Amino acid sequence: MERSPQLNANGELQHLLSIEGLPREILLQILDTAESFVGVTERDIKKVPLLRGKSVFNLFFEPSTRTRTTFEIAAKRLSADVINLNIAVSSQSKGESLLDTVANLSAMHADLFIVRHASSGAPFLIARNVKPHEHVINAGDGRHAHPTQGLLDLFTIRHYKKDFTRLTVAVVGDILHSRVARSLIHGLTTLGTPEVRVIGPQTLLPTGVESLGVRVFHDMREGLKGADVVVMLRLQNERMNGALLPSAQEFFMKYGLTADKLALAKPDAIVMHPGPMNRGVEIDSSVADGPHSVILPQVTFGIAVRMAVMSIVAGN
Amino acid sequence: MVSELPDAEALLPKLAAELRTHVTPNAAMIGLYTGGAWLAQRLHPMLGLKEPLGLMDIAFYRDDYHKEGLKHDPKRTKIPFDVEGRDLLLVDDVLYTGRTVRAAMNELFDYGRPRSISLVILADRGGRQLPICAQYCGAVVQVPEGMRLRLKRAADGILKLELERGA
Repeated sequence: MERSPQLNANGELQHLLSIEGLPREILLQILDTAESFVGVTERDIKKVPLLRGKSVFNLFFEPSTRTRTTFEIAAKRLSADVINLNIAVSSQSKGESLLDTVANLSAMHADLFIVRHASSGAPFLIARNVKPHEHVINAGDGRHAHPTQGLLDLFTIRHYKKDFTRLTVAVVGDILHSRVARSLIHGLTTLGTPEVRVIGPQTLLPTGVESLGVRVFHDMREGLKGADVVVMLRLQNERMNGALLPSAQEFFMKYGLTADKLALAKPDAIVMHPGPMNRGVEIDSSVADGPHSVILPQVTFGIAVRMAVMSIVAGN
Repeated sequence: MVSELPDAEALLPKLAAELRTHVTPNAAMIGLYTGGAWLAQRLHPMLGLKEPLGLMDIAFYRDDYHKEGLKHDPKRTKIPFDVEGRDLLLVDDVLYTGRTVRAAMNELFDYGRPRSISLVILADRGGRQLPICAQYCGAVVQVPEGMRLRLKRAADGILKLELERGA
């Protein structure tokens, strides 16, 4: 079998491209390292010298605020120099190829590329073509993967629920267009979560989703029963071609998380959302801002998780 | 060869007695993972310090990161008191090159500006590569080339110095 391009010859993490195929030990190494970085982010001086002298290039070919910002903060807290590239006004619009862009940045002595791209697989293409000392982190590629989001979701779940091996996790909404859902499901399965459910209308579930090892529900109330963790996904209007949905109102009626639907989950269930939220579409404000919500802690943990990933790959 | 190593348990009360004559009311203790943390967990109650024990993992401050990468499973540094103006007792098991102590001091200053830092160690094996020395030292130990001196903790909590292969 061909070696995963994200692992080096010693089986260490060289690039982070996808949670799929990552061994359990590496997932745990990232989560444990992130735990130590949470300590750093709680200090007055929220900086460590690990990546001093390294250059981190944020290559965002698709708009993002939260992910790009948290990567930038994470890199700065590791003492790296961060360069943000606004691709919309860069040479790509003049016709330069993806690999030419990367080769030019490499000539400027890049160490880490943080890549977001609308095409699935773009970070893989870059990872296969960079120099040995250069590292690639996938910050979301098409519908394929968003591994650091998946990792911060796993970190959040472990933070509140400790042990994956007794959990029921429900992922709700637009699974079809969600790279977050895919990354999270792979991680949950690898870490031994006994029950992962996906809840959504047939039109927003990928065909053959059961093969990921999940239980499928079309009735949200049925699917939420006894859940420890409820992960709401954003309805991705910008990725939808054609009418997959009758209307946002109807979606909210059937698949929006409201307090009365949440009451079917465990009393101590946590509610997560990768953001940005569509209030009143997939989640009601009273739940988003309610006592079960850990949506803002997810953002904070995201910085520590990205610090962990960057410092692990850059050291390998 | 192993029989020549000093008995860690016997060194503990001696080290504590020496420290006791010097600790100020303002003193606090920090142990370095992993061996130094074990040692500090034993010394701390023997000194009756006011502040709870701090524990530090210097993984994010190591000077060999660019060569070695990040080691697996770094522990979370927990310093449950204000470092500012404090007389700190920094505790480690074995003093060798001095690089760990340098990393620890770098990390400490990201928490505040202590009034002083004293180094407390169980065993000094020489071989310093930096101008660092211990103020409190349990024993000086000769370590043969190619061997490593490490503190081990048994299931019953007993501490023991051991030699193993590897620099």
